[in-house]
Amino acid sequence: MNLTELLLLAWESISSSKMRSLLTMLGIIIGVASVIIMVSISSGTEASIEEQITGLGSNLVYVTTSFSRGGAREGMGMPSGGLVYEDAFAIAEEVNGVAAVVVEQSSSETVKAGNVILEGVTILGTTADFPSVRDMEIDEGRYFNQREVDRTQKVVVLGSALAEELFGDADPIGQTVTVDTTKLTVIGVFAERGMVSGVDFDSQLYIPISVVFQKFTPSQFARFIGDRVRVIYVEIESPEVMESVIQQISFLLAKRHDVSLEEADFNVTTQQDIIQTQEATTAAFRNLLAWVAGVSLIVGGIGIMNIMLVSVTERTREIGIRQSVGATPDDIRWQFLTEAVLLSLGGGFIGVLAGVSGSWIFGYVSDMRTVIVFSSILLAFTSAAVVGIFFGFYPANKAAQLDPIEALRHE
Amino acid sequence: MMGQQPIIQTIDVRKIYGMGEISVAALDGVSIIIEGGEFVAIMGPSGSGKSTLMNILGCLDRPTDGRYILDSLDVSEMDRVQLAHIRNNRIGFIFQSYNLLSRTSALKNVMVPLLYSRNNKRSAEERAVVAREVLEAVGLGNRLNHQPQELSGGEQQRVAIARALVNNPLLILADEPTGNLDTRSGDEIMELLHELHQNGRTIVMVTHDPEIAAHTQRTIHLRDGQIERVVQNGSGPTAKENQGVRHESH
Repeated sequence: MNLTELLLLAWESISSSKMRSLLTMLGIIIGVASVIIMVSISSGTEASIEEQITGLGSNLVYVTTSFSRGGAREGMGMPSGGLVYEDAFAIAEEVNGVAAVVVEQSSSETVKAGNVILEGVTILGTTADFPSVRDMEIDEGRYFNQREVDRTQKVVVLGSALAEELFGDADPIGQTVTVDTTKLTVIGVFAERGMVSGVDFDSQLYIPISVVFQKFTPSQFARFIGDRVRVIYVEIESPEVMESVIQQISFLLAKRHDVSLEEADFNVTTQQDIIQTQEATTAAFRNLLAWVAGVSLIVGGIGIMNIMLVSVTERTREIGIRQSVGATPDDIRWQFLTEAVLLSLGGGFIGVLAGVSGSWIFGYVSDMRTVIVFSSILLAFTSAAVVGIFFGFYPANKAAQLDPIEALRHE
Repeated sequence: MMGQQPIIQTIDVRKIYGMGEISVAALDGVSIIIEGGEFVAIMGPSGSGKSTLMNILGCLDRPTDGRYILDSLDVSEMDRVQLAHIRNNRIGFIFQSYNLLSRTSALKNVMVPLLYSRNNKRSAEERAVVAREVLEAVGLGNRLNHQPQELSGGEQQRVAIARALVNNPLLILADEPTGNLDTRSGDEIMELLHELHQNGRTIVMVTHDPEIAAHTQRTIHLRDGQIERVVQNGSGPTAKENQGVRHESH
């Protein structure tokens, strides 16, 4: 028998029991679709993370507190090590190649405006260069300047979503927002920015960092060691000075904190580091998903084997008849193998359609972005075919080895 | 041997099931010769070995011992694949229960042997043409696209006969061809077999019905795996007879 004849024979058998064929294919359909959907979700996540991190501006250096390491101040009854507000000024003044320095200090507070009350809103205390360094645009009003930061002026700039929640359609500029018990005057609203590295920039409230130190995160040690900060963003002038800036900051802070570089109480990282970490995380996530999907493909293959075994038993008489009119063991083997492969490929094809449309729908209805990766389609489809051949072989072999006399006698 | 070779020659064929002490000889030294163009019946009570003989003659099974020469070919030593080829192009089976593929049209059923034919490759269209011709010859020209369950028993058996004929076999083996049919359909099938015989076909038929066996030229009676006797049934060309058998007039 040639391929056309085999395919025709397999098609006749598959189409003669459509419902069963569909159920047989279901495992493969789900397996293939889940491979494609999962890969598209993780790739989408990866792409948006990378895009957003890059969207921050590519010339950023992050200086963060690292509490795991000891500092010289230990044992004086004060918290050991960490970044302080003054470190930011030192970096701005003493490091060459720095374009701007931004400090952030956040707190979670209850926010009131008129009769709207929101709990657990993130208050982000920061400095004057924040919009340019973190790539935020003012939509209405203005941002606060360094003078207002230095003087602890009670002004506030709202994220776009927060402004909408608090004031609706009304103009928020000049209105008063009460954070905890502190009254702040709205001077501006940011344009929409979206999620960046898991932070919703549109739902935050931005105030001078000095106000946060004074009102929301007061520290009894501030007088001795300065106000502690979580992170200092340093924008450099050009990518070429990256290495030099990192080195200068490290030496400067080590000197200021009186620690050696080995036991530094801070980390200096770049965007590249963060992207790499994120990529490693999503890659691990994607591998996990791929394994899960792979397992479901194997389960689908076992489903096909199961049905093919039942089919061989059910069609024993047909096999006997075919043998009696001259079908060789190979003819029978190929017939059943073709059927199994055709079922897998059919399942694979439907699975690809389901996966592609599923990814698209998922991306459309949810916040998550999905990117359909062509290689995942190829991989899923090929795996389906391989699974079909692998799991189709045993039943096909069983059919081929039936004794014609026994098979003809089978009821 | 002189002149034309016989179609079937078995020499001391044995078929033994099981091993050692518990072994049973289903056939215990059967030697028969059937010439081309003969119509022969094999009769015997159940357990006489007639089914086993039929399976061996049909190349569905191999003898444990002895030789089976079909059309000058020793098929007793052939493997499964070779036997499948022999079944395909030299033997046509007619079964008691028709053994048609269900949910498959008469035409497609008749086309099945052509699908497995090695020495005569035909396209699907050519196969359909050949199958249609044979179906028309057995009087089913108007039932081509009917599936077995839509046909009467007699019609189903005609489809089976058409399938047996489609590869133009050397030998037709009929296993109780009228066993599942009422008298009238059975007579029609026997008539059809007679017609085939008239046209020069060699037919071997297994039956337990003496009336049906009487249609043939010769009846080989089996008992306990051995030939009990061979009976000549009236007219027709006389066949070469086996050694050590009694004759009975009918």
